[in-house]
Amino acid sequence: MATLTLTQVRKSFGATEVIHGVDIDVAEGEFIVIVGPSGCGKSTLLRMVAGLETVTAGEIAINGQRVNEREPMDRNIAMVFQNYALYPHMSVFDNMAYGLKIARMPKPEIAARVAEAARLLQLEPYLARRPRELSGGQRQRVAMGRAIVRQPAVFLFDEPLSNLDAKLRVQMRLEIKALQRKLGITSLYVTHDQVEAMTLADRMIVMNEGNAEQIGAPLEVYERPATLFAAQFIGSPSMNVLPGEGAEDGVVLENGMRIPLGRPVAGKVMLGIRPEHLVPDADGPLAIETGMSEPVGAQTLVHGRLTGSTAECVASLPGVHRESDLPAVQRYAVPPHAAHVFDAATGRRIGV
Amino acid sequence: MEKRVTFKGWLLPLLLVAPQVAVTAVFFFYPAGQAVWQSLFIPDPFGLKSQFVGLGNFEFLLGDPYYRASFVTTAIFSSLVTVVSMGVALVLAVLADRLIKGSGTYRTLLIWPYAVAPAVAGVLWLFMFNTRVGVVAWYLGQLGYDWNHVLNGGEAMGLVVVASAWGRISYNFLFFLAGLQAIPRSVIEAAAIDGARFWTRFWTIVFPLLSPTTFFLLVVNIVYAFFETFGVIHTITSGGPQQATTILVYKVFADGFVGQDLGSSAAQSVILLVVVGVLTVVQFRFIERRVHY
Amino acid sequence: MAGGAQSGMVERRGWSLWLTHAGLILGVMVIAFPIWLAFVASTVTQPEIVRPPMPVLPGDQFFENYRKALVAGVNAPVAKMLMNSAVMALGIALGKIAISLLSAFAIVYFRFPGRKAFFWLIFLTLMLPVEVRIVPTYEVVAGFGMLNSHAGLILPLIASATATFLFRQFFMTVPDELVEAARVDGARPMRFFLDILVPMSRTNIAALFVILFIYGWNQYLWPLLITTDPQMNTIVMGIKQMFPSGDDIADWPVIMATSILAMLPPVLVVIFMQKLFIRGLVESEK
Repeated sequence: MATLTLTQVRKSFGATEVIHGVDIDVAEGEFIVIVGPSGCGKSTLLRMVAGLETVTAGEIAINGQRVNEREPMDRNIAMVFQNYALYPHMSVFDNMAYGLKIARMPKPEIAARVAEAARLLQLEPYLARRPRELSGGQRQRVAMGRAIVRQPAVFLFDEPLSNLDAKLRVQMRLEIKALQRKLGITSLYVTHDQVEAMTLADRMIVMNEGNAEQIGAPLEVYERPATLFAAQFIGSPSMNVLPGEGAEDGVVLENGMRIPLGRPVAGKVMLGIRPEHLVPDADGPLAIETGMSEPVGAQTLVHGRLTGSTAECVASLPGVHRESDLPAVQRYAVPPHAAHVFDAATGRRIGV
Repeated sequence: MEKRVTFKGWLLPLLLVAPQVAVTAVFFFYPAGQAVWQSLFIPDPFGLKSQFVGLGNFEFLLGDPYYRASFVTTAIFSSLVTVVSMGVALVLAVLADRLIKGSGTYRTLLIWPYAVAPAVAGVLWLFMFNTRVGVVAWYLGQLGYDWNHVLNGGEAMGLVVVASAWGRISYNFLFFLAGLQAIPRSVIEAAAIDGARFWTRFWTIVFPLLSPTTFFLLVVNIVYAFFETFGVIHTITSGGPQQATTILVYKVFADGFVGQDLGSSAAQSVILLVVVGVLTVVQFRFIERRVHY
Repeated sequence: MAGGAQSGMVERRGWSLWLTHAGLILGVMVIAFPIWLAFVASTVTQPEIVRPPMPVLPGDQFFENYRKALVAGVNAPVAKMLMNSAVMALGIALGKIAISLLSAFAIVYFRFPGRKAFFWLIFLTLMLPVEVRIVPTYEVVAGFGMLNSHAGLILPLIASATATFLFRQFFMTVPDELVEAARVDGARPMRFFLDILVPMSRTNIAALFVILFIYGWNQYLWPLLITTDPQMNTIVMGIKQMFPSGDDIADWPVIMATSILAMLPPVLVVIFMQKLFIRGLVESEK
């Protein structure tokens, strides 16, 4: 159990700065997920914590101890790699035991720890096998086992599920979560998949272009996204964003449509509404020309365009709706608590 | 191409390359430099002093009819070795490729002569054509042909060519068979449906598709004939009769060690060095091109 | 090869199939003939050979001839020469593999001063066979007092970078994450090298070993130059030394027994390690 603190951490490759000062405080036993698109710097950040990349500026501390200059092995961390990075010529047992052997742990203790991890991960029948004789999910478990046996202060996960097929990914996600709860080890987990982030995280960090856009509990980020980027990255389908102008009691969209929010708004803004919060209502303020509809079972995604405008808009309606059943222009109500307003220039959230 | 992930430190890597640097410097760069240096001097007959002659050794060599003859000999010798060994290997590979079953067995039966040293191959062929006891020479005698490669330069050349090409067939066979097996069967079947018979198919489809392998083998075999056939020549003919089989590498040896003419031998080394250089560049050019296929 | 099954030509039925087999069998026989003859000669008596035509089937002198060759030889016992060849071939193969593994590890996994220069210097060595620089190399070896020594036989032939390039190519294909995983596991560079990189390279090492063993065993010119003492002769160059100078008749049965003994180790290596041999050939020519 340990805390992990990042203070104004920066990273430059040559003259280009790719991480622009990130602050994170991870509490003991907390599960933090860093989520963002590829190239946002999330993996670089994780690798800096691991000690695989040097820190250009700022401080990384584990349990209050600065570790910037320490080798990975001296940081008391363990890492699960995206492609597992199992040693192909070693058995499952040896893969898990390797770090302990290097640390000169007595053989019986190594055996006990590996046995315990194997039991936990249901790998007992496979200990003598080579990685190539295992399925993807089993390899994933070995990679986890290798991390567990070290009983580290911090677990680091670098997109560990991205090489698995969809069904296995869901299953392993649950297993990781259960395991982390059980072991209570502070964890930092990197992914580009917002569903993984939402389901796994105690708190998540939304990263974009080297900045931490928002740090918060998943639902907090979902309900009150701090920036336009966080708003659009979290949630599926992505939040609708309509450009407009502030007014006395809400927002006036570029086609002149007035959306009352019951509070004054000023300046050029972006109005964000999640597809699942649009409610069909003949008297609603938002008129949308219905385009394609995609029934996905429990709900139907209705694509369309704001009348008199080029802005695309998606509504997620519960139940099945056939294209032929929908009117050519559908009006929607916008519940004021579900409307997010962002400054058009900075992308920052305005108001509550 | 570079690794993204590396270890820190500079002392350890320097220690790691040290053995190779030491061996290469002492046994490669220094001697190679010496060869170039010596090629600019003529030692006096007692080997006490040497006199700087600039490019004199080269001038002398290029004007020397024996050296020019050796060049011609080398050209004839390496062309013949290359053509004979590649020709036989290609025929055998085409035959083996026709088989559905058993091409692996024939491959095993055909590749092991690769392991026989050129010098040993020389002794084997010398034994068969020995003027006193050679069984092939004896049968040729029965047929009324008086074989004597000790006196007849043409026969000597023929013998060293066959002995050199013999072990090389294995190597060429291996690469030709692999090349043939890499040609998609559908292409050949399409040609068959178009009405092309075996030979037409071979010359219009198979051989052109095999050209990367052929070209590669051409270069490799020329290099082989230039440098690695020393053992064959030395065991069978010692360069004779009347220098009829003195190839360039043999002449470096003969002038340097037997004749003790160090300056000339060194100059010959330098010329050979240029020849290898050209061949290597050709090979790399070709390999680069092959990568772009 | 597995590909053989899919890659035959279109027509191969009936007489055409038999003709194909006949052609191949003829090829095998022609290629094997010199060795068969050598084997026969190594099992008969000298008088049977000097009155041509010699027999084409083996005689009863096998044990006698081979015993004579191994124990007495002509200038030196062939057993001794076999030993020298084994030392030379193993020394070249193992020595070259060892120094190449180390330097390939250094140039792939470190950034150190002079790395680029080192890279180009070893690249140059790819171009020059030992035959081209024999005189000065001989002088160097003589200067070190290494004539008639195993070190003199081995060291100059190790001085080439083909193996370094091969290992470099292979190391470049090893995923970076393995290094990182090893670092997280606490492995320092040499530990990573010995525990992970070398074991992962073992197929490449074995393939290269096969090729280098044959290369070393079959060396001729170099041992001819630097071993004047018959006790230091290698078997491949020693055969030529068994021929008498002048008009005396060579002891053919013993010479042929020696030839068979000289080709046996590398031939066995090729036959029994065929897969590794082919892999090594193809990779070292890439």
